[in-house]
Amino acid sequence: MQELTKSLKVSLWFMFLTFPLMVVRVNTIEHTVEWRWMNMVYMAVGSFALSFVWRWALRRKEMAKAAPERPRNAFTERLGSDKRFTVSVYGGLFALFALMPWIVSTYQTNIFISFMLYVILGLGLNIIVGVAGLLFLGHAAFYGIGAYTYALLNHYYGIGFWTALPIGGVVAALAGVVLAFPVLRLRGDYLAIVTLGFGEIVRLVLENWSDLTGGPSGVSNISRPDLFGHHLSVAGANTYVYYIVLVMAIVTIIAVQRLKDSRIGRALQALREDEIACQAMGIDRVNVKLMAFGLGTAWAGFAGVIFAAKTTFINPASFTFFESAIILSIVVLGGMGSNLGVILGSAFLVLMPEYLRAFSEYRMILFAMAMVLMMIFRPQGLIAPKGRKYIINDPDLAATEGGKA
Amino acid sequence: MDWDYFFELTLGGLTRGSIYAMIALGYTMVYGIIELINFAHGEIYMIGAFTGLLVAGVLGVYGFPALAILVIAAVVAVIYCSAYGYTMEKIAYKPLRNAGRLSPLISAIGMSLFLQNYVILAQTSDFLPFPALIPEFEFLDPIAHIFGSSDFVIVVGSALCMAALTLFIKYTKMGKAMRATAQNRKMAMLLGIDADRIISITFIIGSSLAALGGLLIASHVGQINFMIGFLAGVKAFTAAVLGGIGSIPGAVLGGLFLGLAESFATGYISSDYEDVFAFTLLVVFLIFRPSGIMGKAPVEKV
Repeated sequence: MQELTKSLKVSLWFMFLTFPLMVVRVNTIEHTVEWRWMNMVYMAVGSFALSFVWRWALRRKEMAKAAPERPRNAFTERLGSDKRFTVSVYGGLFALFALMPWIVSTYQTNIFISFMLYVILGLGLNIIVGVAGLLFLGHAAFYGIGAYTYALLNHYYGIGFWTALPIGGVVAALAGVVLAFPVLRLRGDYLAIVTLGFGEIVRLVLENWSDLTGGPSGVSNISRPDLFGHHLSVAGANTYVYYIVLVMAIVTIIAVQRLKDSRIGRALQALREDEIACQAMGIDRVNVKLMAFGLGTAWAGFAGVIFAAKTTFINPASFTFFESAIILSIVVLGGMGSNLGVILGSAFLVLMPEYLRAFSEYRMILFAMAMVLMMIFRPQGLIAPKGRKYIINDPDLAATEGGKA
Repeated sequence: MDWDYFFELTLGGLTRGSIYAMIALGYTMVYGIIELINFAHGEIYMIGAFTGLLVAGVLGVYGFPALAILVIAAVVAVIYCSAYGYTMEKIAYKPLRNAGRLSPLISAIGMSLFLQNYVILAQTSDFLPFPALIPEFEFLDPIAHIFGSSDFVIVVGSALCMAALTLFIKYTKMGKAMRATAQNRKMAMLLGIDADRIISITFIIGSSLAALGGLLIASHVGQINFMIGFLAGVKAFTAAVLGGIGSIPGAVLGGLFLGLAESFATGYISSDYEDVFAFTLLVVFLIFRPSGIMGKAPVEKV
């Protein structure tokens, strides 16, 4: 009964709250008012039901905090460590993705290209946000820097895709390091705002420096990549770009995975956990931070070059803060620091709206909601990052230390 | 030196700066108490403008006089924005009170995107024309070409709001409790201050100032869409940082400084890069003087 009155109150409150925006719609030119009372009914029922779920979830969270941690789900753990299983899953997925352009239409191929671009972008951002714990809100700017590097080099000097690809990555990485230098001293929220500001500056410069970048109308007629000097048809080039992105995505996945367990990766994780302790352990904070930014933005640069080659037309509108927020939500949703999570996150964000048409209109609002809810109920994301376990195999040590540990 | 042009820019900067200051107060107060950059604050301002537009539209159809519309729209916008600010804090920030620093910030970004998309779905993503709610004052006629009645209302209105806020914080019991909570939340709670209530009130006050700012600037500029909150929010945040985040007089000073700087920069250098100036100032200030004009440098505790 108490629960019911509580939910009723919540429902009334939300009806009040959403009344003007949801119900009233005015036309200030013709001076007419449209009342949409049905929305209020949806709102009332929706918030009434959701308030139960909300309280239940909060209670569960409290209970989970009080209860001792349960052992991890053993079944998935076992599956993950079973070599035969993982190899066959990866093999199957690879075969599926390799054959994709021959099975599905060009339109579908395009969707998968953008899915994999987001995977690359997300994994790059994951190095900065997930592994190093630096909240970075300007990722799209570096995506843009990569794209414009190729577009302008191609436009002015006729440089081809394969030459531009490494250049784009290097330019974006350098830009990342240049940004990182001044912000080294800043932490957490200030860092986030400066990167946001930097990202917007880059976009505004691209938009206003019309002589070089073509201003808001952007650069068009960027060449598609050539296959050993052969010029491909539009559909052929599309398939070709698909394979380039596929290879690039796989390279990124492997590289980022290896990076996480490398010396640099572990230094970054140490930095995330505690900056001061990390310095005390002899890690050069400046170097490591610069490296995190450079490594993260380099992938954005690569993705940008491929993006420019795929669309053959770019303008600053593709690289707004909104884009950065989408990439960030991929990382947050998937699980900060978890690579598998980022891949799943981009699948959710890119593929789901394409295949659930009804859902696409509500895409951003649902993801925004998911971002808030994720932070409250599951801050580790869909797939929690798994730290690597280091096992000591020295029998002497095991004999002496084993009992104590 | 063209003095007329100079005065025009100064007055324009003053108007702009007053609005920035009004929004910056919300950032600075929230930051002072829970150390969170309330990313969605700009969206509250946007919702204030939209609520004002809807109220004005409905009342306009029923033929109310302009001044009555202005007053009613302002009151309704303030009520609704306070309600939104309050609800937002309860949903997105309160459950994260004891989480790290990154989680509430990401939650705030999510909230900001949520409110933007909510307005797109509930209303429209296009620009909407906003009726001019502020009547023409006769005594401003001689300088109306550089300082119209809406500029006058904005500057005077925001000055009054800020004065009232300062008095409230300085002399009321609630203001005292707010200052205590900002200084040391745990200690304040030990002394019997309900910190949750103080935080809610902070959000309510910040949101109502943002609502007034949104309504006034929308009436001044004449059109609104769902994106106005983002830019205004970042700029107001810049103002808060310039003045020293957490400091109330600092926010006012920072707002006016930013408004004037932007006005002169667009007037004398180039209007293409209008927004770049604000962002550059933000980046430069955060790098060289993160504690701002009025703030104190924080001591790092180990």
